[in-house]
Amino acid sequence: MTAALTRATAVELLAAMGAGEVAAVEVVRAHLERIAATEERLHAFLRVLDEPALAHAADVDRRRAAGEPLGALAGVPLALKDILCTAGVPTTCGSRILEGYRPPYDATVVARLRAADAVVVGKTNLDEFAMGSSTENSAFGPTRNPWDTSRVPGGSSGGSAAAVAAFDAPLGIGTDTGGSIRQPAALCGVVGLKPTYGLVSRYGLVAFASSLDQVGPMARTVTDAALLLGAVAGPDPMDSTSLQEPAPDLLGDLDRGVDGLRVGLVAEEIEDGMAPGVRAGLARAVEALERLGAKVADVRLPHAGYGIAAYYLIAPSEASSNLSRYDGVRYGLRVDGATTEEMTARTRDAGFGDEVKRRVMIGTHALSAGYYDAYYAQAQRVRTLIMRDFAAAYESCDVLLGPTSPGTAFPLGAKIDDPLAMYLNDVYTVPSNLAGAPALSLPAGLDDGGLPVGVQLMAPALGEPTLLRVARALEAELAFDPTPRGARSSEEVRA
Amino acid sequence: MALSSEQVRHVAALARLALTDDEVEALREELSQILAYAEQVGEVATDDVPPTSHPFPLANVLRADDPRPSLPVTDALAGAPRAERDRFHVPRIVVEQP
Amino acid sequence: MTTAPGAAEATAEQAERWEPVIGLEVHVELSTRTKMFCGCATDFGGAPNTRTCPVCLGQPGSLPVANAGAVEYGIRLGLALGCRIAPDSRFHRKNYFYPDMPKNYQISQYDVPLCVGGGLEVVTGAGRRHVGITRVHMEEDTGKSSHVGSGGRIHGADHSLVDYNRAGIPLLEVVSEPDLRSAEEARAYLTELRAIVRTLGISDAKLEEGSMRCDANVSLRPVGHTVFGTRVEIKNMNSLRSLGRAILYEVVRQRGLLDAGEPVVQETRHWDEDAGRTSPLRRKEEITDYRYFPDPDLVPVMPAPEWVERLRADLPEMPGVTRSRLTEGLGLPAEQAHTLVHAGLAGLLQDAAAAGSGPAEAANWLTNEVLTWCAEHGVDPADAPLTGAALAELVGLVADGTLSARLGRSVLVDALDGRGTPGRIVAARGLRQISDSDRLAAAVDEAIAANPEAAARVREGNPKAVGPLVGAVMRATGGQANPRVVNELLRSRLAAPG
Repeated sequence: MTAALTRATAVELLAAMGAGEVAAVEVVRAHLERIAATEERLHAFLRVLDEPALAHAADVDRRRAAGEPLGALAGVPLALKDILCTAGVPTTCGSRILEGYRPPYDATVVARLRAADAVVVGKTNLDEFAMGSSTENSAFGPTRNPWDTSRVPGGSSGGSAAAVAAFDAPLGIGTDTGGSIRQPAALCGVVGLKPTYGLVSRYGLVAFASSLDQVGPMARTVTDAALLLGAVAGPDPMDSTSLQEPAPDLLGDLDRGVDGLRVGLVAEEIEDGMAPGVRAGLARAVEALERLGAKVADVRLPHAGYGIAAYYLIAPSEASSNLSRYDGVRYGLRVDGATTEEMTARTRDAGFGDEVKRRVMIGTHALSAGYYDAYYAQAQRVRTLIMRDFAAAYESCDVLLGPTSPGTAFPLGAKIDDPLAMYLNDVYTVPSNLAGAPALSLPAGLDDGGLPVGVQLMAPALGEPTLLRVARALEAELAFDPTPRGARSSEEVRA
Repeated sequence: MALSSEQVRHVAALARLALTDDEVEALREELSQILAYAEQVGEVATDDVPPTSHPFPLANVLRADDPRPSLPVTDALAGAPRAERDRFHVPRIVVEQP
Repeated sequence: MTTAPGAAEATAEQAERWEPVIGLEVHVELSTRTKMFCGCATDFGGAPNTRTCPVCLGQPGSLPVANAGAVEYGIRLGLALGCRIAPDSRFHRKNYFYPDMPKNYQISQYDVPLCVGGGLEVVTGAGRRHVGITRVHMEEDTGKSSHVGSGGRIHGADHSLVDYNRAGIPLLEVVSEPDLRSAEEARAYLTELRAIVRTLGISDAKLEEGSMRCDANVSLRPVGHTVFGTRVEIKNMNSLRSLGRAILYEVVRQRGLLDAGEPVVQETRHWDEDAGRTSPLRRKEEITDYRYFPDPDLVPVMPAPEWVERLRADLPEMPGVTRSRLTEGLGLPAEQAHTLVHAGLAGLLQDAAAAGSGPAEAANWLTNEVLTWCAEHGVDPADAPLTGAALAELVGLVADGTLSARLGRSVLVDALDGRGTPGRIVAARGLRQISDSDRLAAAVDEAIAANPEAAARVREGNPKAVGPLVGAVMRATGGQANPRVVNELLRSRLAAPG
């Protein structure tokens, strides 16, 4: 029973709980037990919220029994990336500088999850302040990939991806600034969606790069991802950059299929730098779409190749300013010093990890007198060019298809000493962040080493319904089994 | 472009990071490498291309001038590493406000 | 390095060689109900850190949302100063570390401010001058730190304590062109700007309380030259008086340097009101690299032309117009009109006139008694607790002989003290002036009897000697006797026989 509960999707759990077949408390307890069994090997969570989760589940059961109204995700366990503020509950962003910090407020996303009665079972590990592609930059130790625990789960939302992949929870919340939902989703064999910029409120999402950050769903099925996105999307008066119109209907068209749909295959990306397994996965996706009646044609995004360069100027610039507030005065770490200036400098040196310092330094330099025009302003122009590329591509396509990441999960430590090589993991994901457009990663089988391969679908702004519809059709056709298997997988723990 | 150690120290002072000499040297190399890569943006972006600072042309997102409750002072100060008489404590300030 | 300048030492010859060039940067704290980017109340006097929330504390994850009221105030000031309202203005981040500033960046406006290119007229003894306004932009205020162990000064403090109640309160920064040429003009400019701000009702604009703050850029150049000299920024002038003193000091200091062939160093200097001098501010060179960039958390402000035009149509009368109405319309002397407008009493005067008072009489009560009362009570004249109707009533009571001028003063003070309208005060105190000669006859006779020497001198033809006798009657009647009637009675009683 317990195993069946943790293997179920959110949709299945909702149906079972709704039918009275299982109580929310049982569902949540089963997942907490699963977390207890896998956590030692994976370290997906920075904090497991056993007691509050069980109390919330018990409240859902009580309200269901009393016939009171329940939210759309009532009783469904959810893994929350520890970069979203939870009132009174530690929120670390994977950083020493926020160790022990308890926000005085809930993020809008967290409030909406609570209103939907999703049960947050824990807060998940991440690269410090979401800066990274492997979750190795967490100050509290790396997360491991459930498919092979010698490998990284990707990042920065590696904790949420690993938790969903390991059946610790059917739903996960991640954030994506340059690929931080999609790349770990690809590396862990789950579905991850970065929504249109502004579709989900950023209020209470601890900022990395404000003009790129988005919160989005992670799940083992497309329908679950759609359900979760629906619960958190929509305008928020607390976020000036939140889109004003109501979120589009995400579930209505989900099963309409892709017959006649025009799919652009991002062509130049096929050639360079892609691992054979990824290429094979992409080919499987193309074949599947064609079988389903979609028309696949090559498209070009001439400036996408400059995305990484632009991204690694824009994101660090914004981050250097966003992270100035960690100064040892109002919250978080303080390392004493004789003067305020010294105290702040020491606090920041001790509290930030290497990657955060690196990016704060790049960003500070890029914005400083004499360099702004050459770096930040030029990067913003590349952003314009990439948006124009997308606009041109969507004149002849409904969605775009390409790889999510150049390779599959890499061993821990493999890229940690080469920042630029690590940054190049984001080469396919970054353009959608720069354009503010939605993109989704979907598992497309395994490579020869038995590691998941992800493919990426991209759509124009607010194209989530189309994106989800294509992904749903592809998911059914590819019939990916999300169970991690192999000698070093998390499944072995239970054997 | 290759950065000098002096430039790295200047940037560290702007960013208020007390870097060790080893950190300065490591960052000098890494930053030089990353910036050399990032300078590609200069290859394609010409002045006639307008910069995009925000993906969507939103404007006039304004809030009515209506008060909302503030935090209780205990919550405001709850995270403070050090507080005194309901204020945030800081060591001696050397540099005056610009 | 520091000379010991004194205004008096400057010879006329020296004074003529150099021309001061002065521009002011004025910060106006807006009296909106809430802060610039969050819903915390802006009311003064709250206990420390009780007007804070995640946004104005710079808590991780919090986001700013601009206050429509503050934008509207900014547009109104821009319109009042004849500025162009930018069709598309942006918020930038100004990055520097300071513990008063919760995010360690200030949200401000940089290359596209809300209002650009206006001006105002200042009038001094040297004549009339048009002072250009470069820009008016929106920004947020910082918190306030108090320094412990140094008598409140930052230097030598053991540590400091920060209160963020003020952090995030909306500010408008008004930057003038370097068009001012003397300390007197700078004072006149600030006075005029304050009057405009108060007329708009967008700030209480009190220099002493910090709701209006002023920095001055001062440089000298040889008379007749058009190129600017090296400029020095002066901060911490908390009154019109200190603005004038600081500029005068700085002009003399720079003149001393230039005359001695020494360069003026471009720097920021702090005005010490007690010591009466400026001294360089300690700061690190690198913190002036503010790394401005567009704040990605905020979207542009693009005021609809209809909105701007509606605000323009709703603007109140500006002080210059009010002044000409007081002089040309109501016949007041220019100086008195100036005093009333800058004291914020023009509205009261016009209300009184509308309620039937003679303008000259009402103006005299305001410029004499009301201003005196306000100065004695530390009340801003603009907040004087008096209505135009009450003032008109008082003027009427004096004009119709019910009150003597002296009683009128007493009644006005009572009215300002909150004891009611003049009519009620007169009734309550039984203060009606006694003009009935029958009722005054006994008091007059007693006064003559009690002051035989004075009476004798009057009888001998010395009319001035009547004073003590009138005084005695007034005392005896509690001030209510009509002095004119008393004089007549005395004169007829003491008329030289024959």
